[in-house]
Amino acid sequence: MVTAQHKPSLIVIQLSGGNDAMNTVVPYTNGIYHDSRKAIHLTEHNVIDLNGTLGLSPSMGPMKSLWDAGKLAIVQGVGYPQPNRSHFRSMDIWHTAESDHIANSGWLGRTIRELDPEAKNVITGINFGRGLPRALHAKGVPVASVGNLETYGLMPDIADRMTREMAVDVFARMYGPDDTRDAMLQAISETGMGAYLGADILRTAPAQYSSSIEYEGVPIAQSLRDISQVLLADVGTRVFYTQHAGYDTHAGELENHAKLWHELSTAVNDFIADLEEHGRGDHAVVMIFSEFGRRIRDNGSGTDHGSGGVAFVLGNPVKGGLYGEYPSLDPSEQLEGDMKFNNDFRGIYATVLDQWMGINPQEILNKNYEQFDMIRR
Amino acid sequence: MASKEIKLMAHLMRRAGFGASRGRLDELVEQGYDETVESMLSAIDRPTRITDNLIRRYHPEYSGMMGNQSPSGNWMYRMVSTDAPLREKVGLMWHGMFATGYSKLANGKVLHDQIRMFERHGMGSFKNLLMELSRDPAMIVWLDNSENHNGSVNENYGRELLELFSMGVGNYTEHDVKEAARAFTGWTIGNTEYMTLKSARDSVWPYGRLSFHFEYKEHDHDNGEKEFLGHKGNLNGEDIVDIICKQPATAAFLSRHMYSFFVADEPPVPEWPYKEPRDPEAIAALSKVYFDSDYNVEEMLRFLFKSEFFKSEQARYQRVKSPAELVAGVLRLTGEFDRPKVDMNPTNLQSTYMGQWLLNPPSVEGWHWGTEWIDSGALVERVNFASERLGNIESPGVQTLIDRILSDSNGGLNAEELVERALDELSVGDISDKTRSALVEFAEVQVNQSDSGNAGPEQVANVLKLVGATPEFQRA
Repeated sequence: MVTAQHKPSLIVIQLSGGNDAMNTVVPYTNGIYHDSRKAIHLTEHNVIDLNGTLGLSPSMGPMKSLWDAGKLAIVQGVGYPQPNRSHFRSMDIWHTAESDHIANSGWLGRTIRELDPEAKNVITGINFGRGLPRALHAKGVPVASVGNLETYGLMPDIADRMTREMAVDVFARMYGPDDTRDAMLQAISETGMGAYLGADILRTAPAQYSSSIEYEGVPIAQSLRDISQVLLADVGTRVFYTQHAGYDTHAGELENHAKLWHELSTAVNDFIADLEEHGRGDHAVVMIFSEFGRRIRDNGSGTDHGSGGVAFVLGNPVKGGLYGEYPSLDPSEQLEGDMKFNNDFRGIYATVLDQWMGINPQEILNKNYEQFDMIRR
Repeated sequence: MASKEIKLMAHLMRRAGFGASRGRLDELVEQGYDETVESMLSAIDRPTRITDNLIRRYHPEYSGMMGNQSPSGNWMYRMVSTDAPLREKVGLMWHGMFATGYSKLANGKVLHDQIRMFERHGMGSFKNLLMELSRDPAMIVWLDNSENHNGSVNENYGRELLELFSMGVGNYTEHDVKEAARAFTGWTIGNTEYMTLKSARDSVWPYGRLSFHFEYKEHDHDNGEKEFLGHKGNLNGEDIVDIICKQPATAAFLSRHMYSFFVADEPPVPEWPYKEPRDPEAIAALSKVYFDSDYNVEEMLRFLFKSEFFKSEQARYQRVKSPAELVAGVLRLTGEFDRPKVDMNPTNLQSTYMGQWLLNPPSVEGWHWGTEWIDSGALVERVNFASERLGNIESPGVQTLIDRILSDSNGGLNAEELVERALDELSVGDISDKTRSALVEFAEVQVNQSDSGNAGPEQVANVLKLVGATPEFQRA
């Protein structure tokens, strides 16, 4: 399915703030759900039914079309042992794939190193956003961080086109090879040359792109459009990363959560359609995760930090369906008022690495995790 | 062309501070080198109390009290505005060496308190500093000493105290680690239950003005006989620190950190057991001062800045600026933050984009420095930040730079002169021919484009921009 020319790519979308799993994939026939979510429950009248007991949030219509097409895998009860309810610590655990101690490299950084051990392509991995998430960090692994593809590059603040072109040209000369420099300056200039070349390659992506898909104007849609442009430009990028923020719904959850999922579902559906339109739907898998789920009981207008979340894996290569079990809401089965995880998130990483990216997951995760049979072969 | 004295002073200011304007360098040369060292060592940031109040009232987002951006924004403001930059540099050194991070603590105030502790105690006795560190609530939570109980030892703090904070790997046994950990049982947090409850309930505004605090719990301390580095007895934490400080390994380890931070980049710590220091004699000399001065950090710094190995040409530009140093250095030149302003936090985020999220290091090992600061993503951020800020004609500091360069011109600078003056003003020396010729060519086009045939403010700003984008500007 994947030709030599089109190697498999992975797109990871981080939902920052802790997505409320229970109002995303809703156990709408469960009485405990309704009793616990007095203020913010969704009912059988408005959820999008999946199987008679679970339904998607009403704002997730576009995701439902992916589900109907058999391209959407929903992984239930996702987490890790001894859940941490701090955003930062929990996100760090997801990024490093290490829950016992503080690790200093990210699972995708290690993945990029495995894909391109000599760092021959400076854009094997790209983050769409400012600043590198720890997931992408690994020693000696170059990763571009692209805030906005249209303006990405060196010295974008120079308004005058001629002056900027000349400035960038001077940059390339200053960072060109020079034997007379000491080791430190040589290392700096080699990296600068890599940055220049990466920016130069990425600059060409928007110009080559045309599509009938009209993405919405919101940041997550624009990021996915940028990802589509780079993916379609065939510049060797294999790992794409971006974030969708605002999931920390302590208050006003019904309204805010619906808005977020409308944005995200629409953007993801547009993205898949965009790839399809260009005959590239078979070459990409999207993974969506959040650092934790939220409390079973609401707080009157929202929910506080919890554990036991939900993750999504989607795309043409994915065998759609429900994976794992929905954690029991029975009070005796709860973990300090939260859903108890029953799927280690690293099982999803292992699945995607092994079955999709063709990488030995043990190299990346340092341990064997049980995989799902999730990718079509 | 800058004189020898100016070049040396610029070197001192890049290392003991965040750089200085050319005008300031002239004044300092007038004052003399040794006197400048003395004033750097003794400086105390006097206006701090006033600006603290202003920040707390009008800019609580970087008061240090709230979430993760608040303490780092606060620190960046301090680095940019302080009259005592060496104190902040030393704080950065300790933060790198005793790296403690938000990712686990999820509490801004307690990290803010730790940095302020470095400011108070960071230039005194190293022994006292290690004692303060052992009682520091952020450190206790970070390295799980709150889980270190009589009869149920958690070795985390005991191990890192030896491995990363004082002696370095290879100078003690596993038995010493266990015994050190036993000695620190009962050194814990007094209000854990309250803080745990708070952090389980809230996330965004949990901490108010409260923080973890230290408590020594005698009943949870292991009073049994211990043996640590050959010393026997009912040792407590103070005894462990005392014994550690007497070790030649500690003197050498600390000296190498200091050398790397102030003189020339050493490889990152994990490589130390396998690689000789660049200058073993310098390490030996610093170690001697360590013992002669009763472990006094200020005395070690005084010796270092006055030493030949520091002043020598060989030490010039032998450090890669850390992101925080680069950001603070540029902002001190541009003068944008001459008083507390609303965009401090977004500006401080630039350091995060470049790979140094202050108060959230990747692990207890801290950041790997030197050329490891510079990956392609980080370099784009560094270049774009420095060139944008240094070429922004609206900034008061940039206007001063331009005025100084143009006032020298006497009827027009040619391209070579313009480049020379810009390099001089930004204290970028030792530039390679390749960089110089590219800059001169750029400057020529700038000069020719101007209506008068002479460089005006805009052309000078463009040249300053490009100097900020050079490979050489990445070094200190």
